[in-house]
Amino acid sequence: MALLQIAEPEAASGPREPRRAVGIDLGTTNSLVATVCDGVPRALPDEEGRVLLPSIVRYLPGGGVQVGYEAQAHQGDDPKNTIASVKRLMGRGLKDVARSGNAPYDFVDAPGMVQLRTVAGVKSPVEVSAEILRVLRLRAERALGGPLAGAVVTVPAYFDDAQRQATRDAARLAGLEVLRLLNEPTAAAVAYGLENAAEGVYAVFDLGGGTFDFSVLRLARGVFEVLATAGDAALGGDDFDLRIARWALAQAGLGEPAAKDARRLVLAARAAKERLAQQDETPLVCELADGRRLERVLSRATFERLTADLVDRTLAPVARALRDAGLSPADVKGVVMVGGATRMRHVQRAVAEFFGRAPLNDLDPDQVVALGAAMQANVLAGNRPAGEDWLLLDVIPLSLGIETMGGLVERIIPRNSAIPTARAQEFTTFKDGQTAMSIHVVQGERELVADCRSLARFELRGIPPMPAGAARVRVTFQVDADGLLSVSAREKSSGVEASVAVKPSYGLTESDIERMLRDSVEHAREDAQARALAEARVEGERLAAAVRAAIAADGALLAADERAELERLLAHLDAALPGADTAAIRRAADALNRASEPFAARRMDAAVRRALAGRSLADLDV
Amino acid sequence: MAVTLTENAAAHVKRHLARRGKGVGLRVGVRTSGCSGLAYRLEYADAVNPDDLEFESHGVKVVVDAKSLPYLDGTELDYAREGLNEGFRFRNPNVKDQCGCGESFNV
Ligand SMILES: Nc1ncnc2c1ncn2[C@@H]1O[C@H](COP(=O)(O)OP(=O)(O)O)[C@@H](O)[C@H]1O
Ligand SMILES: [Mg+2]
Repeated sequence: MALLQIAEPEAASGPREPRRAVGIDLGTTNSLVATVCDGVPRALPDEEGRVLLPSIVRYLPGGGVQVGYEAQAHQGDDPKNTIASVKRLMGRGLKDVARSGNAPYDFVDAPGMVQLRTVAGVKSPVEVSAEILRVLRLRAERALGGPLAGAVVTVPAYFDDAQRQATRDAARLAGLEVLRLLNEPTAAAVAYGLENAAEGVYAVFDLGGGTFDFSVLRLARGVFEVLATAGDAALGGDDFDLRIARWALAQAGLGEPAAKDARRLVLAARAAKERLAQQDETPLVCELADGRRLERVLSRATFERLTADLVDRTLAPVARALRDAGLSPADVKGVVMVGGATRMRHVQRAVAEFFGRAPLNDLDPDQVVALGAAMQANVLAGNRPAGEDWLLLDVIPLSLGIETMGGLVERIIPRNSAIPTARAQEFTTFKDGQTAMSIHVVQGERELVADCRSLARFELRGIPPMPAGAARVRVTFQVDADGLLSVSAREKSSGVEASVAVKPSYGLTESDIERMLRDSVEHAREDAQARALAEARVEGERLAAAVRAAIAADGALLAADERAELERLLAHLDAALPGADTAAIRRAADALNRASEPFAARRMDAAVRRALAGRSLADLDV
Repeated sequence: MAVTLTENAAAHVKRHLARRGKGVGLRVGVRTSGCSGLAYRLEYADAVNPDDLEFESHGVKVVVDAKSLPYLDGTELDYAREGLNEGFRFRNPNVKDQCGCGESFNV
């Protein structure tokens, strides 16, 4: 413990107060708040010592509001006014919600986001979430003895812009200054990565109450890189509860229960499920509205049989994410278990079997996201000493690359490469007789130059005139131990060179980097489509230009009908190029390419004959 | 009901008071702050207020305000050296839960 000095009476405030910042896991089922004290993250309990706050809000006729356990107790008898799993409604329209089915609420269609009719009036999911966040804010303020400097609030990785914005609005409505929204798996990685400083590829397996989220991350020196994510936004512990409830009804020979009974039964089922993490069998008891009593004993074996397919359903996204990351299960050094539902034995077993190793659960799966968020909040609030507040010292925080045709980025040094490092890649000219090449150095994870940060431009001049594609320009990126980037370009046949030195991290704050990384994850699919379209266009344009140049140069090698066919296909490609239909451009280009193949072969023969006529073989740099 | 000093702690307090040139003793208290709720106050006492309690320990007057006393009762203050740091350490039997920094605690 700290050693204290005697202070002057006036200086009653003592040493500088750290800025109080918290991390909040706003969960579908449970929410909680955590903070860092002297480098140690911890969840803050309520007055009764409970850390988890059920994400349930009940509206009362007089305008009162109950949140958490108090509200949960009325889920059965006041379902319409007791809002659970509101996170599923955040940023969602009525159409999205209607698909998910059996919620007992009175939905009101509203522009943008669905709303709920309650006894206290129509409420938006943002308002409902704000009630939960407000309770957590008050809890934190009481524990920390004053107003908060800010909060990091976590969101699932798959949340889109509307959902993120809704979460941000809810926090603001609850009186919280949002320092940042953080992806949940990232928060879990922060908690594990910084706590244990273990390096390697890790996976985060997050099975909560209503969502499944799987992420593959690389941890190195406290820096994490998201390699891939996948999940199922409609799979979680709730589904296991429903299975048990349905089983109990079938066992008792009952049909569809009234909404009230259904709620009660599901609560009883959930409690039974949670007990089965410890016990081999457990009683399931539920009083029905008509006074009847449903009583069964549920064994773990039965439970696992009833829900085996749900566990299997988690493995499909797992396999997909690994495939996306180009990894096999054996490459994963550890699987971090997040979410209360990962306590189920058969989930643990399935994960262990899939990866061939026992999953990691040293940190409380309920708390790990909030703990990581708290650590992030602590850094953002400036409570870390200089030097420790910056984790990305000896790796490249964002990929470095150059612009290629069509405004695309060709990555040369990938993000998180250790420095010093040097990598080279060969490029060629795009046009016949091109004598200069403009090299545009960019930084970022996005596929399009426009979405990345421009670092430097320079020109390589004096390339001898050659046909398109014949020049061989080697571009070398070198990053020294201080993070200083120099880029050089050399044309091989002539030896002409040009270079430039840039400081890649200049002007990039941690939040810039975070934002750019987040953008790259959020826009991955969009980018892939944009990239495919841009590539198809570049290819198409290149092909059209080449065919036109060939016709102009060697039209004599073509028969009249061949020439007419090529002209027709060229016009067809020209028409497709400006459009946004990637497949149509590809088809048109393929057709032109196939049709021009015999012509290209004839031209090649002629060119080789011409070239060899005046040169010896030794001159040919092949 | 008491808050006491070790002999070593008392000697240091006396030296500090002598160097300061004024003050009737040492004021010990708690305030709300930090992650786990409460933090210690350690100040020179220039006066004794009506709701203060006074204790005598190895020739040093220890002043505690009535509100703080329940959290501090039975506490012994020691003087310790830890590496390069020296200072006063609270041995408080009421503490259930202490934050990592030791600056704040719960009772
Ligand atoms: N011991 C347990 N065994 C099985 N499931 C559990 C256990 N403890 C909690 N859960 C389940 O975890 C889910 C909630 O997980 P949580 O991580 O809090 O969810 P969310 O992130 O969706 O808020 C619920 O379905 C709950 O029943
Ligand atoms: Mg969660």
